[in-house]
Amino acid sequence: MSLLVVEDLHKRYGKEEVLRGVSFTLEPGETKVIIGPSGTGKSTLLRCINRLTEPDRGRIWLNGEEITSPRVNIYRIRAQIGFVFQDFNLFTHLTALDNVRLGLIRVKRMPKREATERALRELARVGLADKANAYPAQLSGGQQQRVSIARALAMDPKLILFDEPTSALDPELIGEVLEVMIELAKGGMTMLVVTHEMGFARSVADEIIFMEKGVIVEQGPPEAIFTRPKVPRTAEFLRKITEFYGEQG
Amino acid sequence: MELVFKWEWLPQLGRGLVLTVELTAACISMGAVLGLLLAIARLYARGPIYWLASAYVHFFRGTPLLVQLFMVHFGLAGWGISFTPLVSGIIAMGLNTAAYQAEYFRGAIQAVKRGQTMAALSLGMTWWQTIRYVILPQALRLVLPAWSNELVYMLKYTSIVYLIGLPDLMGVGRTIASTNFRFFEVYAVVALIYLALVLIITFGLRLVEARIKVPGLGAVRQ
Ligand SMILES: Nc1ncnc2c1ncn2[C@@H]1O[C@H](COP(=O)(O)OP(=O)(O)OP(=O)(O)O)[C@@H](O)[C@H]1O
Ligand SMILES: [Mg+2]
Repeated sequence: MSLLVVEDLHKRYGKEEVLRGVSFTLEPGETKVIIGPSGTGKSTLLRCINRLTEPDRGRIWLNGEEITSPRVNIYRIRAQIGFVFQDFNLFTHLTALDNVRLGLIRVKRMPKREATERALRELARVGLADKANAYPAQLSGGQQQRVSIARALAMDPKLILFDEPTSALDPELIGEVLEVMIELAKGGMTMLVVTHEMGFARSVADEIIFMEKGVIVEQGPPEAIFTRPKVPRTAEFLRKITEFYGEQG
Repeated sequence: MELVFKWEWLPQLGRGLVLTVELTAACISMGAVLGLLLAIARLYARGPIYWLASAYVHFFRGTPLLVQLFMVHFGLAGWGISFTPLVSGIIAMGLNTAAYQAEYFRGAIQAVKRGQTMAALSLGMTWWQTIRYVILPQALRLVLPAWSNELVYMLKYTSIVYLIGLPDLMGVGRTIASTNFRFFEVYAVVALIYLALVLIITFGLRLVEARIKVPGLGAVRQ
């Protein structure tokens, strides 16, 4: 059974139809990468999946449960879906440890000691055990993003959504975040990643989705998409993005 | 003209001072609770609740405090609702400062970045949890300097309650002065006591500010 099923998703902002019928599935342990030009609706799609944005039409199932149903407890669903933002969005007033711990204590109602142990384990996993007591402003962008990944991981999510997790980072800090993500993918985490990092897409993704103007133009394994795309637009986009960012970045 | 000062003024003024402090504390805390609710209503509620909260804020900010005090104390009496002067003072000034504090809170809550809310919701937190554990802790740090000013204003504004017969610091000063006619000296002592209080409050709140300060979450001094 697919872990995530997205069926015919539509979303409009005013006159602009941002999502025009998006459908795809995600298998357990799979990493899918979404690529596509700016303003295409990639972020909107991710936000619809945990209903930070309400889709206008279409349905979504997580583990067989329809999460677009009006009867579903959306807070319980969101707690099962990790979200990693482009600009980290760490809680400014909390230390790294408290950032990771907050959801455990308040949402999962975990006893404080247990939550602390768990949070410290997750910080160690992203290589930041020694930064537990640092505030976000005292961390580099790369470190902040790793804390935000630890914050998502601590909740034991079934799936993590990444929205351009390295786009706000200085080039020399991108690697440390990608490394953590590669480890996660290898470890069997289910991930849906919007990124312009073609090197990552090529080597880590099981499948690539190319989106443009609110629809999926083409999807398939990286080999197929990168070497013999079926749709001319895909080839054109890949050429542009490789020129702009380079093969690795 | 020689200046006269009598030590026996001080114990009397001291009793007035206690009342002033009590009055300030009561109305500022009432105003904080009510102001926070009003701010939340104006930011997140729709329809009648939003409308009522906005009307409230505009009314109390748009009319003189003294008029509000007289309406509560003398005006409501005409409808058979009468309070002791102390209760009237607390109600009128508490309601008034609530409107001002609501605007400070609203500004501070709006200054908390939108991404913070998104992150909290994405963890599965409810709206109330998001407000309680993410937005308010940041907003309260941001609002503290402005809020300190409001506390100082309130302390000074309480001096109008002598007009409804309360023996606060100002009221006691007036009584002493009108019996010995040493207006300048008595009011100067009263002024110095207010000044000392203001300095203590300002200094105390700076200490609090420094204590709860977090790197990267700068409060804007005005
Ligand atoms: N909250 C919103 N209100 C109105 N319009 C919005 C909103 N969010 C997104 N849009 C519009 O929807 C379109 C798609 O935006 P979205 O952020 O999903 O694109 P994207 O593919 O993530 O682009 P980028 O690569 O720049 O992040 C854009 O034209 C954007 O202006
Ligand atoms: Mg985007």
